[in-house]
Amino acid sequence: MSEPLQAPNVGGVAATDRPRSLTDDAWYDLRRNVVFWIAGSIVVLIVLIAAFPHLFSPIDARTANCSLADSMRPPAAGHWFGFDKQGCDVYARVIYGARSSALVGVFSTVLAGVLALGVGLIGGFYGGWIDALLARGVDIVLGLPLLLGAIVFAKALASQDTGIWPVVLALGLLGWPTPARVMRSSVIAARQQDYVQAARILGAGNGRIMLRHILPNAIAPMIVVLTILLGTFIAVEATLSFLGVGPRNVISWGTDIAEAQRWIREAAHPLLFPSGFLTLTVLAFIMLGDAVREAFDPRLR
Amino acid sequence: MTTSPAHLLEVDDLHVEFHTRDGVARVINGVSLHVDAGETLAILGESGSGKSVTAQAIMGILDMPPAVIRSGAIRYAGRNLLALDDEARRRVRGRDIAMVFQDALSALNPVFPVGWQIAETLRRRAGLSRTEAEARAIALMDRVKIPAARARVRAYPHQFSGGMRQRVMIAMALALGPKILIADEPTTALDVTVQAQIMDLLADLRRETNMAVILITHDLGVVAGVADRIAVMYTGRIVEHADVFGLYESQGHPYTRALLESIPRIDRGDEPLKSIMGLPPNLTRIPSGCPFHPRCYRAEPVCAVEVPPHIDLGHGRTSACLFAREVIDER
Amino acid sequence: MSAERLAAGSRRVQGDTVLQVEDLVKHFPITKGVIFKQRIGAIRAVDGVSFELRRGETIGIVGESGCGKSTLARLLLRLETPTAGRALLEGRDIFSLAGVELRRLRRNLQMVLQDPYTSLNPRMTVGDIVGEPFEIHAEVAPRGSRRTRVQELLELVGLNPEHIHRYPHQFSGGQRQRIGIARALALRPEIVVCDEPVSALDVSIQAQVINLLEDLQRDLGLSYIFIAHDLSVVRHIADRVAVMYLGKIVEIGTRDQIYRRATHPYTQALLSSAPVPDPKVRGRQGIRLEGDVPSPANPPSGCRFRTRCWKAQELCAAEEPALIDRPDADPHASACHFAERGP
Repeated sequence: MSEPLQAPNVGGVAATDRPRSLTDDAWYDLRRNVVFWIAGSIVVLIVLIAAFPHLFSPIDARTANCSLADSMRPPAAGHWFGFDKQGCDVYARVIYGARSSALVGVFSTVLAGVLALGVGLIGGFYGGWIDALLARGVDIVLGLPLLLGAIVFAKALASQDTGIWPVVLALGLLGWPTPARVMRSSVIAARQQDYVQAARILGAGNGRIMLRHILPNAIAPMIVVLTILLGTFIAVEATLSFLGVGPRNVISWGTDIAEAQRWIREAAHPLLFPSGFLTLTVLAFIMLGDAVREAFDPRLR
Repeated sequence: MTTSPAHLLEVDDLHVEFHTRDGVARVINGVSLHVDAGETLAILGESGSGKSVTAQAIMGILDMPPAVIRSGAIRYAGRNLLALDDEARRRVRGRDIAMVFQDALSALNPVFPVGWQIAETLRRRAGLSRTEAEARAIALMDRVKIPAARARVRAYPHQFSGGMRQRVMIAMALALGPKILIADEPTTALDVTVQAQIMDLLADLRRETNMAVILITHDLGVVAGVADRIAVMYTGRIVEHADVFGLYESQGHPYTRALLESIPRIDRGDEPLKSIMGLPPNLTRIPSGCPFHPRCYRAEPVCAVEVPPHIDLGHGRTSACLFAREVIDER
Repeated sequence: MSAERLAAGSRRVQGDTVLQVEDLVKHFPITKGVIFKQRIGAIRAVDGVSFELRRGETIGIVGESGCGKSTLARLLLRLETPTAGRALLEGRDIFSLAGVELRRLRRNLQMVLQDPYTSLNPRMTVGDIVGEPFEIHAEVAPRGSRRTRVQELLELVGLNPEHIHRYPHQFSGGQRQRIGIARALALRPEIVVCDEPVSALDVSIQAQVINLLEDLQRDLGLSYIFIAHDLSVVRHIADRVAVMYLGKIVEIGTRDQIYRRATHPYTQALLSSAPVPDPKVRGRQGIRLEGDVPSPANPPSGCRFRTRCWKAQELCAAEEPALIDRPDADPHASACHFAERGP
């Protein structure tokens, strides 16, 4: 004798229930965050420059004929950033140099991310001695100084034709601990959730639970950390190039900065532009990651 | 019924809005109520009814923004609290009007001993010395029947059970001798045997001090046990107001009636539950006319158009339904 | 589907035992030390629970916090391993099953969880959530028929089957609970453990979900283990009731035996404390228990309730009362030396 079940009025989801997910709220905040838009645009721009340098610079810096006659000439029409000591167009070098930084940044972040995901997921999910073991691994790698380790690594592995890979490897293998820890804590939190219990009760195995239930709900904080890490990696790559242990035979901001700072007394522009771009890029990634992290942080609501 | 010219506390046509991302939520839409010394007024409602916001507005602890008090007055002993400045408002809070919340664990500071927290109020607001305040704190803990109060005055909140923590919160609320105690779902999170103890305690304290008590709850059983008068809220409005015996005998508003018919009862066996169809409305899009009409079992076309006024049903009973007189006669 | 339903309903014979729980025990060890863990005690969450569940019936398990009812639920659903005891389903101990047989058990024994806001994966669509049982147990439904089945399930619980692509956060609490129920029923289990299925819902929505559970039980021949702290809800839905205190069942009987003729002092105190929506019974002399529930790590000797019981005698501390039928016109099992009906 119960009332007939009505298909409930879904449109009228009460404001007191939780109709907005965290993502909706976060996006709402982000949309209104000026920093997000600025940083995001810069990131997009840098990616485009790295991918399609020929669209931004008529001169191909890799094949350009640098004439010593142009050495240290200031910015002028058609050569907006002037010339460096070798007589090469600074603007072209900056544009083509973006690729090295971007590629190193992206690949090393991907490597660190994959490692962090694996370690964090497995350690956080299984707990016990597996987690203890992995945690010690994290502690050890975390104890290694990033820059020094990268230098050692890079020097040891680099040769004429290895290109960016030694640096990518170095950064990836040294940088994974922090995102791994972040991943681990969000996995531990996700593991307690009721829907994971429900999946177990349905008979789901560990694999399904890890990949279908835990991973999608735990990965966001790690992604944010990785975004910030990307910025850091770009800075380290530039430092390595500056120190002369970076990728060889590749146009890089770091190398140009190293070269330009020797001649700073003669002219500032060959130093100004590459370092400006470097700073801007690093900052953009870090601020983007920060803005996203703040938007997702429920505690700041 | 009381015949005093001014009530101890009077809320007069209060309107409160919340500015959210989904739009403006009209959380309180013209609430008027009153309570006098020695009375227990129950505000009964579900989530989204506005009952807690009403309490917070009276206490002055609403977050403004996003809350905005659009209009109305809250008069305590004749003075409009909304017209006072922050300082004056703060003085009234705690001393004259005190509040007890649902979750004692989050209302108490976990890093300070319980006795210290009670004594703190006394030191700061009543100017007592440390020893005096501590002695008073022990006396208060005794009064709320916390066993071995003297020994436990230095214990921390997490060392108490849920029911004991609630007693601590009540002790804190009583510290300055308030005239009005607002209890917002004080026992919802507690076990039923503990709930009974706490409700008994509140009833005893009310008798001893002649406080006015405003009890906010969704539990029709708890209300029947302690209230003198009941204000039923729905979507930010009081849809029915009655004395407790009258309300359970016959209801003047379809929502109240439907609510009573939908709850399982411990004193009756197998009667089928008549569920209320649909969902409570989104407060940013309150239905036109009577807000309950989409879910009402006896809604008529006029209900979607006209906002029902408060119809006087005699003996202090009112109902915000166009057909109140018919509803109250239904059996 | 309805033809199937009818057939399923008639196939099931009322009355035979589907689940027999025998002396189930779960102790959680309390350890000290980080590297070398020393066991210094145990939380005796479930300490010897036995009961029967018959086909088509609802057994209500009531008790306050710390009584062990939630742990009992987790044990039965094999989310925890028992310290001792067994539970026989179709003659086999569910705790002895592993691998394929354990998976098959899952098809027969499901759960509706308490909190509709956390029991659904927020990143899965409703269709995925209700369809997941079919993905895990591929043998139940061939791939092509899954979508239809999911839609049928949504209709069965009163939801619009067209909302299959929506996400949980787009639904209200009551609707989410229906989704949880649909998920639990996907594999056509015989037994459903309902763990406080309505306590997180608004009062006006509770009735909808309770009615739904009752209808489904009738239509599908389900047997429920209904765990709740709300005595009124249990009175409404249960056929038999077990009252738990500190890990043990202190009284068990039919609904009327418990609600009208309770003989154990704790049950009587519980019933006496429950608020009644009737102001006329106000002021009746109720039984009020003093103090707090003792710690499950250190329960009192003999009868566990004796520290709060007004009838306690020396015998109660010395000898633990067994859960046996006590002398009464309508005898039912009660674990008290001095069991008798209340006033």
